[in-house]
Amino acid sequence: MATFVFLYFAAVIVMAASLVVVLRNPIYSALSLLVMFFHVAGLYVTLHAEFLAAIQIIVYAGAILVLYLFVVMLLNVKREERFNQQGPVALFLGVVLLTEAALLAVSRGFTVATPDPGREGAAVGNTESIGEVLYSTYLFPFEIASLILLVAMIGAVILSKKGIMESK
Amino acid sequence: MFETSIKLALTLSQIGAVMGVVLLTVAVLTLLERKVLSWMQDRMGPMEVGPYGVLQPVADGLKLFFKEDIIPAGANKIMFSLAPIIVLVPALIGFAVIPFGPNWTIDVLGVEFKPFVISDINIGVLYILAFASIGAYGVILGGWASNSKYSLLGGLRSAAQLISYELNVGLAIVGVLLLAGSLSLVEITEAQAGGFWNWFAFDPLPFPQFIAFVIFLIASVAETNRLPFDLPEAESELVAGFFTEYSGMRFAFFFMAEYANMILVSCMSTVLFFGGWHAPLPFLQAPGMFAWVTGIFWFTAKVYFFLFLFFWIRATLPRLRYDQLMRFGWKVLLPIALGNIVVTSLLAYIFPN
Repeated sequence: MATFVFLYFAAVIVMAASLVVVLRNPIYSALSLLVMFFHVAGLYVTLHAEFLAAIQIIVYAGAILVLYLFVVMLLNVKREERFNQQGPVALFLGVVLLTEAALLAVSRGFTVATPDPGREGAAVGNTESIGEVLYSTYLFPFEIASLILLVAMIGAVILSKKGIMESK
Repeated sequence: MFETSIKLALTLSQIGAVMGVVLLTVAVLTLLERKVLSWMQDRMGPMEVGPYGVLQPVADGLKLFFKEDIIPAGANKIMFSLAPIIVLVPALIGFAVIPFGPNWTIDVLGVEFKPFVISDINIGVLYILAFASIGAYGVILGGWASNSKYSLLGGLRSAAQLISYELNVGLAIVGVLLLAGSLSLVEITEAQAGGFWNWFAFDPLPFPQFIAFVIFLIASVAETNRLPFDLPEAESELVAGFFTEYSGMRFAFFFMAEYANMILVSCMSTVLFFGGWHAPLPFLQAPGMFAWVTGIFWFTAKVYFFLFLFFWIRATLPRLRYDQLMRFGWKVLLPIALGNIVVTSLLAYIFPN
């Protein structure tokens, strides 16, 4: 049963992800990305990582993708003006990622990830366990991430204020 | 196999019952809103269909059902049909984690079953927020697929508004989560047992969440596109915004979604800040076996109080301008919500319960 569910999610994720690249209309691409996010969240649920699943939908589907759609609709790019020259870069990145995936598959063997059996009936939910790990073992990467976000935020503020400052 | 089918039957009947009540409430609300607004404006409201107009929702429903379904020329047919569904489903699906009665587990033929909540998952709050954020897609796509300037403007306005105010809804809840120590709506309700001084909106120790409650209320009015935050559909300037081009049942879907969202938000305010099904004073709660009667009564009473508040606000306040709306959300509500989190977490650390 678990294998069947995994295969369904994996198949839809791969299909939706390729549709994002293949489809001509950017709005349809964004929507296939939405479908993909949902199935990734489903994969998290089968692994008993409900917190990650909810965050996945809130952050990616609820915030980031809506902004994408917003921009796509505002720009309403003409077919000829769409940016289609990323072939060599895509090829390079694709080869790197495929090699990585192949190496991982060879070293680990083709097994379906199963939820930690001890976790299933545990009294502590996975929200608590994520919090504990995040603020002890991974505190340093967490702080680094917050610093990067702060820099990005300041950058965004400066970029949007640029025009106002120059005109004065 | 037998146990699985029993469980399935129980859950399905529960979903059916909850959906039935929610959709019935939507029908009641369409009438109630017009009546309440009329009384506030010294009018009668709908009086023609049935005694005092009580059958008006039936008449409205039948009218919408038999209206011609128009798809505008140049509209994107798939997206145009999909948008109302994307709006309505998230509005209804959130009710799965709302506890509307005591947290009991009864044994039906060897199957454990919670009669007063469909599914007690440990991330209940995040579940509702996640699906609430999906509703925005329906609005944007509906506006875009209609191939109309007014609809597109309404959809884009609404996207900006929903993203901005979603943030405030999420941040306002954090204080409650800190105090309850859980994301499960059932456990948050349990943490508020014993009387109205234990409800998170009034609880004096470690810090009353009343400010968070006000922020949540304002932001959720904006989330449901109600006055004074109804810019996405502003009748007088955008001709109903993102659903200008919709007619018949598709229009009804948008309409139902708005009311279902109102009910969902009222349920959330009740559960998070007003003690859920707990009575305001301990002696108002029936003991033992009959706790569920008073439980459901108080839950319904609180939810209807919030729904009345929605109508009241609508009758009282004028619409905000778009830049005022954005400034209010980002420069007023957001700092207060962040400050509330800092103060609450500090005080919760100093005075642990």
